[in-house]
Amino acid sequence: MQTLSDHILDIAQNSIRAQASRIEINLQENATEDSLVITIKDNGCGMDEATVAKVTDPFFTSRTVRKVGLGIPLFKQNAEATGGTLKIESKKGEGTVIEAKFGLSHWDRPPIGDIAGSIVILVSANPEIDFIYHHSTAKGEYTFDTNEIKEILEGVPLNDPEIVMALRQMIRENIKEIT
Amino acid sequence: MEKIKSLADLKRIKENVQTKIDLREKSEQVENLIQIKVAMATCGIAAGSKDTMNYFIENLEKNGIAAVVTQTGCMGYCYAEPTVEITKPGKDPIVFGHVTTERAEEIIQKYLKNDELVADIIPVNFETI
Repeated sequence: MQTLSDHILDIAQNSIRAQASRIEINLQENATEDSLVITIKDNGCGMDEATVAKVTDPFFTSRTVRKVGLGIPLFKQNAEATGGTLKIESKKGEGTVIEAKFGLSHWDRPPIGDIAGSIVILVSANPEIDFIYHHSTAKGEYTFDTNEIKEILEGVPLNDPEIVMALRQMIRENIKEIT
Repeated sequence: MEKIKSLADLKRIKENVQTKIDLREKSEQVENLIQIKVAMATCGIAAGSKDTMNYFIENLEKNGIAAVVTQTGCMGYCYAEPTVEITKPGKDPIVFGHVTTERAEEIIQKYLKNDELVADIIPVNFETI
């Protein structure tokens, strides 16, 4: 994974597979604490304790088409390489929260990358799921909420190509202001 | 494309799109559209499937192709990522491997427009890893 936005897109796929109807993605840059915290929270099927203990093992997966599960292990490895941590909290039937903390100014921290592209792919490919993206920095904060967007669109599909490109531009412009 | 930053800007775009959709719905049924599924698991994302999906979204309409672009999980062909499954109405799905943006363009011009096959098709009887 070259960027943190790729990780976010990847980890959110787990929430989609867990049949979440709401996925919250939070990115918090804190220059004072020199940290960048990414939190992905869903209300999907959740995991029991035994499964949570295994998900950071690259040779564990719930899939049957392959025998490796690299998404969470790679995310953890990248966070730890910057002096950070990865925490997972999950409860069966209630959902999962994954929090990765990165050293903001650490040499090995991957760039954030095209976060607007990742959010828009998630939203357009899964229009039935509610997504909330929150990004905060010292300069300000921005929240993108698909419920608000759906209200504006009044039935126009979120996956219409023109809407997809407009949403991507809207998120990009707003993030540009706070970063 | 005009600059879009606020919800009010989005509402303006929505009005234009709504008109186009109304016209489209009169001529096409959703089940008659080409279905394009981009594999978007760890292997696909690491290999660049995000760029591939964006390329299809941005270039299909420019080429006058009505299609639904969506994502799917790992199909098991991790060695050939980015992989894309394309289903034309009334035809069997075809899985294309190594779909970089250059290959995506080739697929649009050859397969989607002219029914010509391109390289790196994954045969249906291939085993997954």
